Amino acid sequence: MPTFNMRVFRGNKDGGEYREYAVEAEEGQVILDVIHTLQATQAQDLAVRWNCKAGKCGSCSAEINGKPRLMCMTRMSLFDAAAGAITVSPMKTFPLIKDLVTDVSFNYEIAKKIPAFKPRAPEADGTYRMMQEDIDRGQEFRKCIECFLCQDVCHVIRDHAENQPKFAGPRFFVRLAELDMHPLDTVDRLELARYDAGIGYCNITKCCSEVCPEEIHITDNAIIPLKERVADKYYDPIRWIGRKLKGK
Amino acid sequence: MAQAVPAAHRRGFLSTLRIDAWWIEPLLVAASLGIFFGWLTISIFLDQWAFEIGPYISPVYEPKLFEAKGSIFISPAMVVLLGPVPFRATCYYYRRAYYRSVFLSPPACAVGDIGKTYKGESGMPLIVQNAHRFFMYVALLFIPILWYGAIKSFWNSDDTIGDTGIGIGLGSVILCLNAFLLMMYTFSCHSLRHFVGGGLDCFSCTKWTQARKRAWDWATLWNMRHRAWAWSSLVVIVFTDVYIRLVANDVISDPNTWGF
Ligand code: SF4
Ligand code: SF4
Ligand code: FES
Ligand code: FES
Repeated sequence: MPTFNMRVFRGNKDGGEYREYAVEAEEGQVILDVIHTLQATQAQDLAVRWNCKAGKCGSCSAEINGKPRLMCMTRMSLFDAAAGAITVSPMKTFPLIKDLVTDVSFNYEIAKKIPAFKPRAPEADGTYRMMQEDIDRGQEFRKCIECFLCQDVCHVIRDHAENQPKFAGPRFFVRLAELDMHPLDTVDRLELARYDAGIGYCNITKCCSEVCPEEIHITDNAIIPLKERVADKYYDPIRWIGRKLKGK
Repeated sequence: MAQAVPAAHRRGFLSTLRIDAWWIEPLLVAASLGIFFGWLTISIFLDQWAFEIGPYISPVYEPKLFEAKGSIFISPAMVVLLGPVPFRATCYYYRRAYYRSVFLSPPACAVGDIGKTYKGESGMPLIVQNAHRFFMYVALLFIPILWYGAIKSFWNSDDTIGDTGIGIGLGSVILCLNAFLLMMYTFSCHSLRHFVGGGLDCFSCTKWTQARKRAWDWATLWNMRHRAWAWSSLVVIVFTDVYIRLVANDVISDPNTWGF
């Protein structure tokens, strides 16, 4: 059973420090297990948020050796105990509450601004029918567990907090794309995508896709298609003429 | 006075807690972009160093609308400035590549970006990246032009060198590979993927949208490797250009059936 040197951030919004702890890890354990061992044996007041320990609730987001990851899905076997300390930090983009726990309510505020799904009228028999091929794209997006690691890593708000009121972030581009591509939905959210959600701020550098634990192709399948849809509506004079001719 | 205690993260350019070699990728990408695009820029204006021989013409000079003028301001290759050059410059993949490795915005994931303020593509000048689709339409026209050059390379009509008529040489094979890779780069474009079907909400609704879904499926398949097509086509067009120039200037000889 190797002993790891864990460098864990301890503190709150006023500041804090990295403290080092030697913690033993069992075969097959993940970072979250080791953090729990640490909490049980040496640091009872260590704050850490978690629920499922199965990569499905999206609660245990943190930064491990500087990389945004789920603690419960990061195996200790990735690390070499002899290679130096493993740094565990809270997410950088959101306000710190305590130790590894941040206040992610920024995301819930954005979620409230996105108009909900509004289907067209049902068919004559009172039901809706959709073909699988029409909802495949949306199903990829529904895998999202709202861990907000993509929001955390996105440099638009990570390095420029002043952009937070103007930018919805990758998780919500996934949501907007899902609704915009929905075969039954009737609401046009492209104006929202362009203006209040600020899709133009994204420079498609793909860090969101790199960190997503659900491996959603955030940039290729949600953001770029959404940028193209916004371009159809706002930046394409040929389509604009086409719409005028069709009287739309 | 109480000592200020540090926060969990430092802010600012290059600040990161990453300990892996995150800087290797942007460094390699910046160097490669510099070498390959640097050469292409030189090549476009270097019409005094022969770029065609017998059946071969460098793809940088395809289509050749007029003969070389020997001026550094005007070259027959400048036609590519209308299509292929802005097409690559506004490509979603190359944008990712140069925003990261040249503009350092950000240099790598979870590594502090360079700017004090940031507006990305939301305002001038970068908002013009939205014009990518128009360059894509022009780039589509270059596909038959490049294939024309590749197929023409199996026919030598220049009787001052070697035999004339149908034949094959290493240059013909390279020109075909070049045309193929440039075609796949264009066919895997994100804007094309959107154009053929990505803009639809209902694929199954009509026969027409079903046909577009099939086109979108192909575009999706190719698009997943867009980065690979982008690099392979870039490396091969530079290689083809250099190869044909070396043959045309008698530095190396091309194995072929015409015997020049
Ligand atoms: S691709 Fe766009 S949304 Fe995703 S992390 Fe980069 S800038 Fe943010
Ligand atoms: S898109 Fe991926 S990274 Fe972003 S919140 Fe959802 S699961 Fe997490
Ligand atoms: S604890 Fe649920 S995702 Fe990690
Ligand atoms: S060519 Fe790269 S996205 Fe269009």
